[in-house]
Amino acid sequence: MQKDNDRNPLIVISGLKKYYPAKGMHIGRNTPVIHAVDGVDLEIYEGETLGIVGESGCGKSTIGRQIVALEKPTSGHVIYQGESLSDMPFDRLRKIRTQIQMVFQDSNSSLNPRKQVFDILADPMLYHGIVGKDGLDAEIDRLMDLVGLPRSMKHRYPHEFSGGQRQRIGIAKALCVKPKLIVCDEPVSALDVSVQAQILNLLKQLQDELKLTYVFISHGLGAVRYVSTRIAIMYLGRIVEIADTQELFDDPVHPYTNALFDASPLPVPKLRGRQRLVLKGDIPSALNPPKGCKFHTRCPYALESCMTEDPKLIPVEEGSGHKVACPVLLARRIKRESHT
Amino acid sequence: MKFLTRRNIDNMEYKSSSFKMIARRFGRHKLAVVSLYFLCFMTVLAILAPVIAPYDPNKVSTSFSSPPSLQHWLGTDQIGRDMFSRLLYATRISLFVGFATTVISTVVGVVLGLIAGYFGGIIDIIIMRITDTIMSFPYILLVLVAAAIFGPGLWNIILILGFVDWPGAARLVRGSVLSLRETNFVKGSKVAGMPNRYILFSEILPNTVGPVLVYATSVFALTILDEAALGFLGMGVQPPTASLGNILNGAESITILTSKFWLWVPAGVIIMLLVLSINFVGDALRDAIDPSAKE
Repeated sequence: MQKDNDRNPLIVISGLKKYYPAKGMHIGRNTPVIHAVDGVDLEIYEGETLGIVGESGCGKSTIGRQIVALEKPTSGHVIYQGESLSDMPFDRLRKIRTQIQMVFQDSNSSLNPRKQVFDILADPMLYHGIVGKDGLDAEIDRLMDLVGLPRSMKHRYPHEFSGGQRQRIGIAKALCVKPKLIVCDEPVSALDVSVQAQILNLLKQLQDELKLTYVFISHGLGAVRYVSTRIAIMYLGRIVEIADTQELFDDPVHPYTNALFDASPLPVPKLRGRQRLVLKGDIPSALNPPKGCKFHTRCPYALESCMTEDPKLIPVEEGSGHKVACPVLLARRIKRESHT
Repeated sequence: MKFLTRRNIDNMEYKSSSFKMIARRFGRHKLAVVSLYFLCFMTVLAILAPVIAPYDPNKVSTSFSSPPSLQHWLGTDQIGRDMFSRLLYATRISLFVGFATTVISTVVGVVLGLIAGYFGGIIDIIIMRITDTIMSFPYILLVLVAAAIFGPGLWNIILILGFVDWPGAARLVRGSVLSLRETNFVKGSKVAGMPNRYILFSEILPNTVGPVLVYATSVFALTILDEAALGFLGMGVQPPTASLGNILNGAESITILTSKFWLWVPAGVIIMLLVLSINFVGDALRDAIDPSAKE
C-alpha cells in the first residue's frame, strides 16, 4: 500500500463547507440552510482516480462544483498547486481553471444545441491561444480521434448524436483546453450499461495517454470500483471512509460503507442468503443534520457518545491511507486484532 | 475565386440543412404559408405604392365621398381623395410603424433582459421593477398621454409604442437567460475560463432567438392594432399623411358607418388581415424553431 506522503497532492481540500440557503421555506429572518458539504478534508494526488460515492444529496456533486470553482465555498479552501481557488483574482482564476475541467452527467444539456461540435471545441482553444487558426483543423481532428469519434462528424449539431457519442463530445470539450484534472460528475449515470463500459474504458485510456487525474463522482459502485484507484465514501456532507479501492472493498470498516456495499446486488448466487447490513429509515434532512456523528440515527452500532462526539477521520493503522470516521468500530477492530 | 475546403462545404450543408428543416416544419402549416405570401404581397404593394397608386394620395378631386367607380376603385373620401391610393400609402405607413416599433422594443428588451438575467442581483431588481412599473400603467392611456405631450408625429408614435412594448421582451429574455444560465454548457464555458461576453453572446443569446422571434411577431401585430387605435382616436399619425388608423378616424361618424362603407371597410379589412396573418406566421414559427420538436 502506498503512503500518502510519497505522492504529490494536486489539490488539497481543507475544511470545505458549502451551505445553501433553503429559499422559499421560511418566514421571518432566519433562513434555514442546507448543509450540502459540511467539513471535508481531502487530497487529490497526481495521476490517481479518486472516486466519490454516496447517495443522492450527500454533497458529492457539490464538492465537484467547488473543485472546478463554479461556486465559492461557504468556508474552507480548495487549494490547487498551492493556490486557493476561492481567493484568487478573477483573471488568474480564468487562466488556472482551464487545468481543472468537468464532464457533466447530462450530456444533452452540456452541449450548446445551436453550435456544431467544431465550434464547441474550437472556441475555448482559440480564446486561450492553445492553437492558432492554422493548426485548428488538425487539433480538432486529433481530439475527435482521441475520444473515438469519426472526424467527419465534427460539423454536426449535438442533437444529431446518440447519448454515448454526446458524452464523448463532452469529454473532448473538457480535454480541449489541456487540463490536468477532470472532475467527472456522474459521467455514465444517464447512459445504457453497454455504453457506460465504453465511456469508462475511454476515460481510463485517456488517463494513460494524457496522464490525467480524475475525480470520479458517482452513486454506482460498479463504475466507481472499475475506474478508481482510491474511493471516498460520503454521507450527509462528510467523508466517512476513504481508502484505496482494493482495500476498501476487501475491508470496509464504517457501518455506512458496509451497508452501501451490502445494498448493491452481487451476481453471485451462493451469496444470496448472506447476512446483510440493511439500514432502516431515510437519510436525515440536510437542513437539520444530526448532531455528533451524522450517521448515528441509522447506525446499528451507535453508542451514546456517537450522538455528541463528532468523529474525525482516523487512519485504520499508523500511517495508513485508509481512514475512517468511526471511533467505535475502529476500537472494536483493534481489540479484535489484539485478541488474535 | 475562393477555394472551398472540405470544411466550408460541410459547413454550408449543415447550416442550410438546419434552415431547411425549419422551412419544412413551417411549410406544414398551410395557413401560415398563405399568410406569409399575403404579407409579402402587402409589403411589396406598400413599398411600390408610389408606382402603383393611380393618384396622388393627398390630391383633392371634385367628387366628394363618391362610391367606388371605374375612376376611383374604392371611391373617394370626404374631401375627394382617392381611397385606393390612400390605402396603399396607409399600409406603407402602418407596416413601417409596426416594423420600426418591433425592432426598437425587441432590441431594448433583449439587451435589458440579457443583462438582468445574467448578472442578477441589484441590477436585475432595478430593471425588473422598471418593467413592472411600465407594464402596470394602463397601456392605451399611457400612450395617449405621451402622444399628447410629445405630439403625435410618425416617429413619436414609433418611439412611444416601442417604449411601452419592450418590457414583455425583457421579461421573456430574462426568463430564458435564467434557465440557460444553469445549463451545463454555460457552466462548462465558465469552467473553460471563457469571458462573460462570450457566454452571453455566443452561448446564451442564440438560444433565445426562437422565443424572441415569436414574441416579435406578436408585437408587430399588436403595434399595427395600436397604431390603428391611436389613429382612430386622432392621436396617431397626423393627416394628411395616411395611415390605416387615421383612415378609420372617419368612421367615428354614424352616417359614414351606415351609408359610406367604402370609407372604412377596406382599411378595417386590411388591418384585420395583416394582424391575423402575422399571428399565423408567428404561431407556425414557434412550432418550426422549437429545437426539442422532432421531425
